[in-house]
Amino acid sequence: MKSLRPYLAPYLMISPFYLLFMVFGLFPILFSLYLAFHAWDGLGEMKFIGLRNFTNLITDDPDFWISVGNTFAIWFMSTVPQLFAALVVAFLLNAAFLKFKDGFRAIYFLPNITSIVAVAIIFGSFFGTEFGLINGLLGAAGLPRIDWLNDTLWVKAAISLMVIWRWTGYNAIIYLAGLQSIPNDLYEAATIDGASKTQQFLSITLPLLKPIILFTVILSTIGGMQLFTEPMILTGNSGGATKGGLTLVLYLYNQAFVNQMFGYASAIAWVLFILIGAFSFINWKFVSRGERV
Amino acid sequence: MAANTVEVKRNLGVESASPRRTAWLGSALVYTGMGLGALASLFPFYWLFVMSTATTADMFRFPPRLLPGDQLLVNINKVLDGVGFFQSFGNSLIVAVLHTAMVLFFCSMAGFAFAKFDFPAKKPLFLFLLLTMMVPQQLGLIPQFIIMQKLGWINELKALIIPGAASAFGIFWMRQYTDSVIHDELINAGRIDGCRSFDLYWLVALPILKPALATLGIITFLGSWNDYLWPLVVISVQEKFTLQMLIASMNGVYSTDYSMVMAATLMATVPLIVVFTLFSRQFIAGLMQGSVKD
Repeated sequence: MKSLRPYLAPYLMISPFYLLFMVFGLFPILFSLYLAFHAWDGLGEMKFIGLRNFTNLITDDPDFWISVGNTFAIWFMSTVPQLFAALVVAFLLNAAFLKFKDGFRAIYFLPNITSIVAVAIIFGSFFGTEFGLINGLLGAAGLPRIDWLNDTLWVKAAISLMVIWRWTGYNAIIYLAGLQSIPNDLYEAATIDGASKTQQFLSITLPLLKPIILFTVILSTIGGMQLFTEPMILTGNSGGATKGGLTLVLYLYNQAFVNQMFGYASAIAWVLFILIGAFSFINWKFVSRGERV
Repeated sequence: MAANTVEVKRNLGVESASPRRTAWLGSALVYTGMGLGALASLFPFYWLFVMSTATTADMFRFPPRLLPGDQLLVNINKVLDGVGFFQSFGNSLIVAVLHTAMVLFFCSMAGFAFAKFDFPAKKPLFLFLLLTMMVPQQLGLIPQFIIMQKLGWINELKALIIPGAASAFGIFWMRQYTDSVIHDELINAGRIDGCRSFDLYWLVALPILKPALATLGIITFLGSWNDYLWPLVVISVQEKFTLQMLIASMNGVYSTDYSMVMAATLMATVPLIVVFTLFSRQFIAGLMQGSVKD
């Protein structure tokens, strides 16, 4: 041990993270794996039941599959428009002649700093069935009202809209950073070589932006799989009358802290983890495919 | 003007026989698009404000009220009278400030150590740290709750402060920054002047790290202030509610007094907007820098 003495200082300096992680990170992860193979209500005795939590989840729990389907649907409905809009915003923000750039960036970023609870309460007032703003406008236009929070598809649209509103500016600013890091000489050289603007976009901008697009896709995937607060505030524990807003984490929360099924909920947590990992991997493969456009 | 036109064309990706006209049309399009986007970003805030200034009866009326009313003070008073707003505000402030202070201290110190010192197993330790970032928070949620029970931290604010007091992301962030702004010569000079390792961090590095600390501080503060799932799990008594828990619970309970819920939401949101407006330039610049490094 004496040989480690000169290294004491750096070890001490990095130790808070590792100590905290042992207690509040690593141990919980291992313990949740242990719990996933047990039946436990949090009070009585833990009972080892092997893989039964997982087999129940997969073969005998329609609500689980509903929550998986909902999570993926909301992820898709929010990520695609959000990243596309962010790309457009980033291009516009990058326009050389644009004035008030700082102001625009701050305004576009503002939704992202606002708490999801506040956002969900505000958007809840947009989507009310009787007195909501949107249904009011629909009614004024002579269109039928929509039962936003109880319709299995529209509740997803409502949640997705909140996610899009919150994250478009964030992603736009990340893209903007990417756009600004592309050296100007590349475009100048391409112009001299007679490349059109479309060609320049396809063979300079897009390929160089690819790592950043990949980064935002993965980030959106991880965030999308963990959606909780939006549906919780908007629809309550249940995910709405038709369970259209019941996401995986909302379901996990219900099973753990409403139904006191800690073992079962731990199994859900592991499925969530595996889904996030697998899905991030697929995204990575998909987006990095055909590296040279 | 000519240079401007070229820029416009380049940025819009348009080409035309009459560049001057295209430039005009292009900039009109850009401003329209940006304006609409800004409107979409701001409208929910405006709507929140309008609702906070209305009576609840106003909200259940058609056509909807689109201009602010005169009930703001009435609604704010109702919030302050009723439901422990100050207490929740104070709880959120304590949690966010202490949490942020601890994160800044531990992360900058560890980031400095990773950037500027050599020690056995440095690489695997750092790799391990990066790996921990891949794990979703929900995976350990139930055991974390059980640990809090065992520690007797249920309904204690420290349950919201301590577990995340040193984040892997924060250490990664600070290491990258330290690496790029603090040269080894400076560290060596400090050593020659008699600084010990901790002095090097505290006296030499920390002042230089201010911009990175500011960005990490804002990110951490916002995350802590806005968190909902974890407080919901470990806090159940009203006196210990954070602001987010309070407005969420009001939203469920006071559905008949909607304007009061809106006023409370407004009061929970305005401080964030003020803080952000003060620091937005630095914050956004920091984020942009972080996203393209490497």
